[in-house]
Amino acid sequence: MNPANPAVQTAARHGAFSMERAAEATLVIHLLGEWHLRRDLPSADEVAPELAGSPAIKRVIFETGELGGWDSGLVAFLVRVRELCHQRGIADDRSSLPHGVRRLLELAEAVPEKQGARGREERAGFFTRIGEAAIRHGENAAEGLGFVGDLTVATGGLLRGAARFRYVDLAQLIQDCGPSAVGIVTLISFLVGVILAFMGAVQLQQFGAAIYVADLVGIGMLREMGAMMTAIIMSGRTGAAFAAQIGTMKVTQEIDALTTMGISPFQFLVLPRMIALVLMMPLLCLYSDLMGIMGGAFVGVTMLDLSLTNYLRETIAAVTLTYLMIGVVKATVYGALIAIAGCMEGFRCGSSSSAVGDAATRAVVRSIVMVVVACGIFAFITNILNI
Amino acid sequence: MTDAGTNGHQLSDAEPHIVVRNLTMAYGSFVLMRDLNFTVRRGDIFIIMGGSGCGKSTLLRHLIGLKEPAAGEIFYGDVNFTRAGPGERERLLRRFGVLYQGGALWSSMTLVENVGMALSQFTDLVPDQIREIASLKLAFVGLKGFEDYYPSQISGGMQKRAGLARAIALDPEILFFDEPSAGLDPISSRLLDDLILELRASLGATVVVVTHELASIFTIGNNSVFLDADSRTMAASGDPKVLREKSANPTVRRFLTRGEPAMESSSSDA
Repeated sequence: MNPANPAVQTAARHGAFSMERAAEATLVIHLLGEWHLRRDLPSADEVAPELAGSPAIKRVIFETGELGGWDSGLVAFLVRVRELCHQRGIADDRSSLPHGVRRLLELAEAVPEKQGARGREERAGFFTRIGEAAIRHGENAAEGLGFVGDLTVATGGLLRGAARFRYVDLAQLIQDCGPSAVGIVTLISFLVGVILAFMGAVQLQQFGAAIYVADLVGIGMLREMGAMMTAIIMSGRTGAAFAAQIGTMKVTQEIDALTTMGISPFQFLVLPRMIALVLMMPLLCLYSDLMGIMGGAFVGVTMLDLSLTNYLRETIAAVTLTYLMIGVVKATVYGALIAIAGCMEGFRCGSSSSAVGDAATRAVVRSIVMVVVACGIFAFITNILNI
Repeated sequence: MTDAGTNGHQLSDAEPHIVVRNLTMAYGSFVLMRDLNFTVRRGDIFIIMGGSGCGKSTLLRHLIGLKEPAAGEIFYGDVNFTRAGPGERERLLRRFGVLYQGGALWSSMTLVENVGMALSQFTDLVPDQIREIASLKLAFVGLKGFEDYYPSQISGGMQKRAGLARAIALDPEILFFDEPSAGLDPISSRLLDDLILELRASLGATVVVVTHELASIFTIGNNSVFLDADSRTMAASGDPKVLREKSANPTVRRFLTRGEPAMESSSSDA
């Protein structure tokens, strides 16, 4: 009696159904064709309007004479039909279904849905979410403070000579944080020098003051860019690596193994990383300064027709030891911040492999943010101190 | 702080080694288990059993101090582990050996370094001696010759055995095993059981094992606690072989007989 069920007409071989009202408030659902997951399956929701129609239906029966093959696609359809029937207090008669289908239906319905298992994921209201986010941020800040506290205690232990870590690990970390990063620091710093020089040259040439490019590049690299570029490189390179290493150790219970052996994971993992980065960052920064000046000189000599001697003499006249020290101090602080961010995110890592990736990402974001904020604070302080 | 007196000492029935009192385990406000009370005697092979997700491993984490109880206390001998200060706790921890589910070997170290770690941190032995002792422990678990391999270069079963070698590095008084047979084939799992028995006999250690492998439970266990996920507390404790026959609790009997009707028929309803 349902004349236009398009699925029936278009492809008889595909799974399809048609509905027919038989006597005494009974709905017959004819199941036709091949009901396979890999083909298109009709939606059980199409049954809903028919169940809701009047006169009211009391019973649903299935007719399977033309049913071909089937798999769990059919079972899912039937489960949904039953749910729809239950909502309306309609009985569904399954006696005509194939034996295997009935078995699977019984299996699916053997264990009743656990109360409260669903709905925990319910979307909270707007204000609730803001409140929760605020609480989470508060907790993060507290955790950060706790981390710095632990670090202070561990450093105290180190100074008393009571810290437990392996010097082999420290040596390996120093290798990773220092010499191994030289290549990328060379490239980036040289290019930053080149960029600074070009930027200045366009303006300064108009006044015939191209030689001051040397001052610009020299001061810029020493005070700011050397430390900043090294910090950004090390955040991406080393901060992320720290977070991933520690996060993985957490996932594989290696950290638990340290704890239950009576070795503080904090001393064992964080201290050597901190030491390595704090030792290597100033050196890398100095190297970066040098490379940046080389980059500037390259532009000066090749594009601005300055002689290398003049360029370098101008640079030496422009920069002071104070500038150099400002850069080195900054680099040391940045190094500490990157190590803290990397290790902290590693320890906060959850216990799945995707959590390790998240931890690495958060470590990079956090360390770059902290470095830039610290840079702002430094600008403020140096301004006040007039240096 | 050596313990020559206690090591190598055999079953003496009465002496309790680990006492758990009114322990409640919770994640935040979600209570996982409450009112756990049991005693592990010195020299026991104590099984923590129960269905999946009922909190067996969490109980183990409480016993080894990786998680703090929401309520209740854990005693080791006369020492209250839950209330112990950091120094005392560390001294206790050094008498534990723990084998984690996946081995949890430190991946940046070779096997001999893994095993020798505790020795180099907590003893005054010179490196050559440490290596010698670590190799010996590896030999105990059948890994002679693999000293300089990294954990990633050996199979899962071997990693587990190496983890065991690390756990026994300091001749612990108590050995904890988290699902020792998980991921092992039946034969390796059987060999590991034999190894556990062997070590218990030779070290005189108390052993606590988290497992749901019936074969292991009956082969090695002489005492146990059963955690029931539905009632959120322990359903039984005692010798698992006795519990299988005599437990008053149908859930425990069903678990220990794999729910097979033939053995269960004497029991009850369905």
